[in-house]
Amino acid sequence: MEGWEGLAALLVAMIRAATPLALAAIGELVTEKSGVLNLGVEGMMLVGAVAAFATAVATGSLVLALLAAMIAAMLMAGLFGVLTLSLMSNQVATGLALTIFGVGLSAFIGKDFIGIPIAGLGSVSIPGLSDLPLVGPVLFGQDPLVYASLALAAGVSWVLYRTRAGLVVRAVGENHHAAHAIGYPVIGIRYLCVLFGGAMSGLAGAYLSLAYTPMWVENMTAGRGWIALALVVFATWKPGRVLLGAYLFGGVTIVQLHAQGMGLEVSSHILSMLPYLATILVLVLISRDRVKIRLNAPACIGRVFRPEH
Amino acid sequence: MDGSVRDPVDAPPRLELRGICKSFPGVLVNDRVDLTVRAGEIHALLGENGAGKSTLMKIVHGVLAADSGTILWQGAPVRIASPADARRLGIGMVFQHFALFESLTVAENVALGLEERVPMDALAARIRAVSDGYGLAVAPERHIHELSVGERQRVEIVRCLLGDPHLVILDEPTSVLTPREALALFDVLRRLQAEGRSILYISHKLDEIRALCDRASVLRGGRLVATVDPRQETARSLARMMIGTEPPDLTARADTGADAAAPMLEVEALDLDRDDPHGTDLRDVSLTVRPGEVLGIAGVAGNGQNALMRALSGERLLARPGAIRIGGVPAAHLGPRARRDLGLAVVPEERLGQGAVPELTLAENALLSAYRHGGLVRGGLVHRGQTHGFASRVIHAFNVIARGSAAEARSLSGGNLQKFIIGREILQKPRVLVAAHPTWGVDAGSAAAIHQALVDLRDQGAAILVISQDLDELYTIADRIAVIAAGRLSESRPTHAATAEDIGLMMGGLFEGAAPEPAGGTPHVA
Repeated sequence: MEGWEGLAALLVAMIRAATPLALAAIGELVTEKSGVLNLGVEGMMLVGAVAAFATAVATGSLVLALLAAMIAAMLMAGLFGVLTLSLMSNQVATGLALTIFGVGLSAFIGKDFIGIPIAGLGSVSIPGLSDLPLVGPVLFGQDPLVYASLALAAGVSWVLYRTRAGLVVRAVGENHHAAHAIGYPVIGIRYLCVLFGGAMSGLAGAYLSLAYTPMWVENMTAGRGWIALALVVFATWKPGRVLLGAYLFGGVTIVQLHAQGMGLEVSSHILSMLPYLATILVLVLISRDRVKIRLNAPACIGRVFRPEH
Repeated sequence: MDGSVRDPVDAPPRLELRGICKSFPGVLVNDRVDLTVRAGEIHALLGENGAGKSTLMKIVHGVLAADSGTILWQGAPVRIASPADARRLGIGMVFQHFALFESLTVAENVALGLEERVPMDALAARIRAVSDGYGLAVAPERHIHELSVGERQRVEIVRCLLGDPHLVILDEPTSVLTPREALALFDVLRRLQAEGRSILYISHKLDEIRALCDRASVLRGGRLVATVDPRQETARSLARMMIGTEPPDLTARADTGADAAAPMLEVEALDLDRDDPHGTDLRDVSLTVRPGEVLGIAGVAGNGQNALMRALSGERLLARPGAIRIGGVPAAHLGPRARRDLGLAVVPEERLGQGAVPELTLAENALLSAYRHGGLVRGGLVHRGQTHGFASRVIHAFNVIARGSAAEARSLSGGNLQKFIIGREILQKPRVLVAAHPTWGVDAGSAAAIHQALVDLRDQGAAILVISQDLDELYTIADRIAVIAAGRLSESRPTHAATAEDIGLMMGGLFEGAAPEPAGGTPHVA
């Protein structure tokens, strides 16, 4: 039973490492599908993380903390939207600025919260099921946000490919001039998608400061926002593959940490590279078809839309 | 669709525009335009590029808002604030630059253009029904990027018809179609008319309008100049209304004694294998162009014109230098730049992409081909003043309608951009000019100006080669005409000695040295 418990702990750790990536990447996927490239994911995650933590400390309510994280990150996303969609600034430069802004803002807000302990987001417990060996803790003993991230990924996939709303989002990202010509409010639709991406980044940040390591540390996202961005591209804008990539990355991260802990005779720097290498390799291999990549990639991504008057 | 949308006999006009005005910064595009479209008529909207046709239609379709004026639909004033409003009224639009999404399926594209929510299965069935009913073959499950231009237009038409429109607007629908596809389109339009639908048909092709339309409204400079019965008019009288003056007669052929002069451009026994699966092999192509003459090459598209153009411009190099001589110098192995130094100028077939970079300004586009021209570049640095000056000279000399040399190439109408590209080459004083389809998709006024520019250049002693599908064009400007068919070029003959019938036969591959007719017909003839 020792072995079972060890394996279960390992799997649980992997899933927890993957969840913030999955949340942020699914949000960014929707944003990009509508034709907007928001490089501010890292900044939005940090602001979400600190907002969640501060709210949790102040109110003791984790639900309020999650809400605060989403609203704070949506404000960041809304700022990005005003700049890029209404004022038509360059999306790449604005996204980079948003990240730098988010790093600074979160550090500023968070300086009074360093070192404060909170009771983090606990795991669910389903009597009977959660106590099963291996499957118990892995399938039925996670925290609620893990299940939420899976549900959101499935929901996004369903909406994008099975509903008219999703069709409109894909159309706007594919050809904004055509969408405008047949009467869709391109800018409004993009605002909604950017805000959704912000809310998801906020959740991802909240997961870090409430569940993964329940505390506030400056710059605690440690580049996860950038990895989420890369995942979307390497997963060729498919929700299922984004999830796969996130779990692969989380999995290999945990495995190589354990390997380092066991004192493997390999440089820790090389081991630290593994998650990136493995994720890129697998995602590149499963999505090699150039035509399919071109079809999935939103053709208008990053392009400013100027309606004629 | 119930297949019929007839109004009572005494019904008001289906669409009536009263005093529509629209201006963009600095330009009055529509000036108090009145227009009436009756039930069940095919009504042509005729005008040069930039006359305000597309803007007016965008107002009717709710993409743009008019500054002032009234729109009446079935006699009642309406406000059309969006394409959705237009669709709800029963106005459908087939766009010139299709409003389609490449990565989506036909059914998804159609769904995006419908007001009602239809499940995909049911929608596919309805698409099939309409496509069978009107002979507009489209498969709902295919992706747009797999479709030809003609098929894409059918998708647009089917999408429009599924909304059961009482008025269908088509913006220059035949500009992208082969002649056969155009005929099929006319059949569809006549059927729609027979069902009582009104059609607003935007075009500047006079023959088409006379064959198809019941009435024609002519726009010039944003104003409605006349509404006439096109069948009572001649192509010439329609052109006069469109341009405002008599189309200019070209200056008579000056006798420059071209026959005696040494050839300026020679192609000798050129063989060139195709480099893409849809291309044509060139076989034993020989031609000579002397200073002061225009050689026209006629032929149906896809018979090797592209390959010849690429061989002449230097996009494809040949091993045997003597296959092409410019001013007597073997040049077939030289790249475009070296050929330019020998005095060659090229006007490629595609204006946007080949002839000009859409996103760059006119000055920058001028620089792209004229950078060797006096003073535009000094010590590797672009001389901005000179470049803008050069572009401005092109704009003035060739009456290009643009917001100056800093305007983006894509902001120009097709005819104006073509005038700019040709002017850019001519002002560099080439000894040899090769132009492919110089007036394709260009309105009559601009076409006449382009023809005059080519003839003037010829009279200054340049050798000019024009490849065109438009026989009228070649009869207007060419001194000699040759025909390309299946990658082989006929002997040239003086224009006055080449009857249209002869040329037609040669276009079918019936000339000495033509390729033997392949079994199963003549695939190169549309």
